Amino acid sequence: MSDPQLIVDDLHVRFRTPQRIVHAVRGVSFTVGREKVGIVGESGSGKSTVGRAILRLTAPNATVSARRMAFQSVDLAGASENAMLKVRGRRIGMIMQDPRYALDPVMRVGEQIGEALDGRGLSGAERRARVLAMLEAVRIRNPQRVYDLYPHEVSGGMGQRIMIAMMLLPEPDLMIADEPTSALDVTVRMQVLAILDELVTNRGLGLIFISHDLNLVASFCDRVLIMYAGRIVEECRAEDLAAAQHPYTRGLLASLPRIDARRERLSVLQRDPAWLND
Amino acid sequence: MTEPAMIDVNTLRISFGHGASLVHAVDGVSFTVREGETFGLVGESGCGKSTVLRALCGLNPAWSGDISIAGAALARPPDRAFFRRVQMVFQDPYGSLHPRHTVNTTLGEPLAIHGIGDRDRRIVEVLEQVGLGPAFRYRYPHQLSGGQRQRLAIARALILEPRVLLLDEPTSALDVSVQAEILNLLTDLRRARGLTCILVSHDLAVVAHMCNRLAVMMQGRIVEELDVAALAEGRTATEYGTGLLTASRGYDRRLAAAFVEKTEE
Ligand SMILES: Nc1ncnc2c1ncn2[C@@H]1O[C@H](COP(=O)(O)OP(=O)(O)OP(=O)(O)O)[C@@H](O)[C@H]1O
Ligand SMILES: Nc1ncnc2c1ncn2[C@@H]1O[C@H](COP(=O)(O)OP(=O)(O)OP(=O)(O)O)[C@@H](O)[C@H]1O
Ligand SMILES: [Mg+2]
Ligand SMILES: [Mg+2]
Repeated sequence: MSDPQLIVDDLHVRFRTPQRIVHAVRGVSFTVGREKVGIVGESGSGKSTVGRAILRLTAPNATVSARRMAFQSVDLAGASENAMLKVRGRRIGMIMQDPRYALDPVMRVGEQIGEALDGRGLSGAERRARVLAMLEAVRIRNPQRVYDLYPHEVSGGMGQRIMIAMMLLPEPDLMIADEPTSALDVTVRMQVLAILDELVTNRGLGLIFISHDLNLVASFCDRVLIMYAGRIVEECRAEDLAAAQHPYTRGLLASLPRIDARRERLSVLQRDPAWLND
Repeated sequence: MTEPAMIDVNTLRISFGHGASLVHAVDGVSFTVREGETFGLVGESGCGKSTVLRALCGLNPAWSGDISIAGAALARPPDRAFFRRVQMVFQDPYGSLHPRHTVNTTLGEPLAIHGIGDRDRRIVEVLEQVGLGPAFRYRYPHQLSGGQRQRLAIARALILEPRVLLLDEPTSALDVSVQAEILNLLTDLRRARGLTCILVSHDLAVVAHMCNRLAVMMQGRIVEELDVAALAEGRTATEYGTGLLTASRGYDRRLAAAFVEKTEE
């Protein structure tokens, strides 16, 4: 593990709802260096919330607290909103889980991606060229056509690649990628992941890779954190994921369908209340 | 194999835009799905899978070719009874859910539109089926995680008890254990109600688990159709189909480089 760029220590996030307080993240601690850290885990276990909390993008009904949350020299927990504006998108990018929702519905996608280059003193033509090159890099077949489309006119996987292009343009030091490739066919996925992989290896990007795809995380990432009910219940080297020990992780592995071994029913997880406390 | 055709699609064509931005999103697609069968659609991102499904459920009237469902030609626009028989689970649940409607309203609305009674019981029951407890009943979409929203979208499609279910990446936002629960639920419904499904997915293991047959699409066309036994044994007929199988094994830096070269040719 290289020296940590991001330090998260004892992070808690609570949501106020009319019925009760949802304690969505319950004491999460981890670090990220110039490496690929996967986060897998139960739906609703708080993965996206951790990602958003790092950038202070949680919903208005959220309360975030942490013993320490820092990125390089920036104290993310204490920084002013102004300071956060300089971090968000520029030094830390986040690829959101629902790209077509995260995009502005009434703005052409090319122009939206171009906004990531604001304040660089580029001419309109230079900007357009940079955006088209980036769309091509993420394997969009016809960048010229897609530049002028609105978000509802692109397919699910095109939306994801548009989001990735937008986040890569400012060349951030840390990328939080929330299910960035779930809508891509596996051959395009491989190519897009190769771009991220290259940035980690050659430019020292730190990557947080949130995904439900256990095989993908095992083959792509360096380390994996496994979350359950707002906590990290296990951590291992990615290549050792298949040998993970926690019963929750074992249950996940057992419920995977396989191409070459058809079963009538898939095994489902028997959740144990004890997992909430260990 | 003797079941009658539930869905019959013949030389379906759909295009968008004009002039330089014209795109033939679906370019002469034909396939048949028999009653009770689950048919898989896989292929390149942007090759027209969602566009095919949207036409089949009556959401895109601008198509040409022939579509018939349960032996009747698809009308434009379809009548109300059609929408009760054919339901779709959309690819991005966030975009298809009304942001200011609670779970309860989202599920109650189709029942009201179709004049179906006993709403309270049906809502509680379907929430239970998709593994969302009663605690979620009065939440708004933005107060749900990605996977919880997806389960809501599935519940909304199921609450009308359709005969045909069109599933666009139904489990890609779910953790694999919830995915297993949803796939088991779909298997049960298929058996209990003879449900006919089309399943779009990038996950070949999910397709192999759920489907009888599948079609591989590329740039608006079906390039290959095969049964799951052939898929399981790796007997694909096209280079693209074989590439999908290879890339399904996970990330491999060397393979990625090979794919890049191929597309740049
Ligand atoms: N604004 C909110 N108000 C109330 N509860 C919320 C809010 N946002 C999220 N939650 C709840 O917090 C928990 C964690 O949500 P989060 O989106 O982080 O899950 P996740 O691990 O990303 O799940 P998924 O894999 O399904 O995307 C969930 O139970 C969710 O319902
Ligand atoms: N309303 C629209 N206006 C213009 N183009 C559109 C529209 N809807 C779809 N398209 C185009 O049609 C093509 C097929 O899109 P579709 O959403 O069917 O792809 P898909 O196979 O579902 O891809 P994915 O796997 O990425 O979801 C894409 O090139 C897309 O940009
Ligand atoms: Mg999430
Ligand atoms: Mg689609």
